[in-house]
Amino acid sequence: MTEFLQQLINGLALGSILALIALGYTMVYGILRFINFAHGDIFMLGAFAGFYLAPKVAMFLPMPSIGGGLAVMGISMAICAVVGILIEKLAYRPLRRSPKLTVLITAIGVSLLIEYTCQNDHVFGAAPKSFPTIFPEYHITQLSGLSLNSNQIIVFAVTLILLLALRFIVLKTKIGMAMRALSFNPEAAALMGINTDIVISFTFGLGSALAAAAGILFAVNYPSIDPLMGVLPGLKAFVAAVLGGIGNLPGAALGGVIIGVTETLVAGYISSTYRDAIAFGILIIILLVKPSGLLGKKEIEKV
Amino acid sequence: MLEIKNLFVGYGAIPALHGVSLSVKAGSIVTLIGANGAGKTTTLKTISGLLKPKSGEILYDGKNIAGLPPHQIVARGISHVPEGRMIFANLTVLENLQLGAYLQRDKQIVRRELDHVFSLFPRLRERQKQVAGTLSGGEQQMLAIGRALMSRPKLLLLDEPSLGLAPLLVKTIFEKIVEINRDQGLTILLVEQNANLALEISHFGYVLETGKIILQDDSAALSQNPQVKSAYLGG
Repeated sequence: MTEFLQQLINGLALGSILALIALGYTMVYGILRFINFAHGDIFMLGAFAGFYLAPKVAMFLPMPSIGGGLAVMGISMAICAVVGILIEKLAYRPLRRSPKLTVLITAIGVSLLIEYTCQNDHVFGAAPKSFPTIFPEYHITQLSGLSLNSNQIIVFAVTLILLLALRFIVLKTKIGMAMRALSFNPEAAALMGINTDIVISFTFGLGSALAAAAGILFAVNYPSIDPLMGVLPGLKAFVAAVLGGIGNLPGAALGGVIIGVTETLVAGYISSTYRDAIAFGILIIILLVKPSGLLGKKEIEKV
Repeated sequence: MLEIKNLFVGYGAIPALHGVSLSVKAGSIVTLIGANGAGKTTTLKTISGLLKPKSGEILYDGKNIAGLPPHQIVARGISHVPEGRMIFANLTVLENLQLGAYLQRDKQIVRRELDHVFSLFPRLRERQKQVAGTLSGGEQQMLAIGRALMSRPKLLLLDEPSLGLAPLLVKTIFEKIVEINRDQGLTILLVEQNANLALEISHFGYVLETGKIILQDDSAALSQNPQVKSAYLGG
């Protein structure tokens, strides 16, 4: 039982990180109806931004500390938000009226461009780097033998806060209402006086900031980072978004948690050889059984 | 108020409007009638900025607005109730109406407009917390018109408000259109397949055929025109 709970906690931590990435996929899909395959690379850029920021922030704030760690995360989120907005502006906006397939292939191109540019020795270099300790680390071991490490608590706390913040933005603010309107019908949204380009930029910024936070949280827990680190988590988060119902925000969060937990349990109890196959196995099953996803709805038109 | 000069619009290589010219006087209801595919909806979409013209001018209060993005055109006081209503079915009635006032920063004014729309369509007040997708077709049309009024337009573009509605509801909606025009002096450009009804409530009419204006006259005169009678008024 202890072992199971332990695996569950580990799985929830991984799942929270996937959930944060999946939200970006699903938000962009909801608004532009395409999969931004470069999203996993924003996650990587978030981790690298943290890597380079940590020594700078350490000049002003104690490090490792909660405040210092959060400052690194906050700045990294802001940088990645700008990067996400720029990618949309430069790569996707000129293709606004092109077929979706064109945009999709462009997204793959952008992803490869980022990955291989970053592997250049003058950029980050291909060799893995060791991520600095930015949050204070403790191990809490209960009498039952259950161990919770402080980084996992940070993952849960940060994820929860970001999810609540996102929920507030989407449901209670004007720009959130514009996002929902745009995702439902872009033409009608434009007729309301909504500047759709601004809302699209905002969506990319928001999704990229969440991916950056996920990148930092990931690097804190698995402190070896490299320019290709975003590929697998990115694909798994994409599966999570599809599992939850692409375009559906709670669905993306739920999908992330399900994938994270399933993957950890399979690795723990069956074989860790198959851990990366789990997400894609789930993808195949969900596409066969319920292609609209767990929380996705089929759209019905009323006459 | 609105003066369209020699407007050419196409979908890719396929032309939809070949040099349409028309004008809408302030305070009037002008209707654009014609068969399916004549270019009525294209004309409205071009005015509101959803489509970009190939050439031609759209003068609104003397300034050319052709080719501006929709949000700038809304800001200038033109509101478009699109064909098929296009309400946000996933949002509540209230949220739909608030979106109509998206560009209005003054909350006081938004509240006043909301009251005004609710007094025009009391049914919407009762259902304000309801998700718009659960409304009946007629209520959705009321919502679409109410939403367009929230931006306090000077010119209202109405595309097929009778589409898919029971005759009794059509009558109600058209009475409201007349009321909005009479009581607020709102200028209306109405596109309608139900030519009888459209000519009955409008002051001036244009007949559009395959992308060209073929007739124009006072609505009363148009409804007596033998050509219009045989083609659009069912003999």
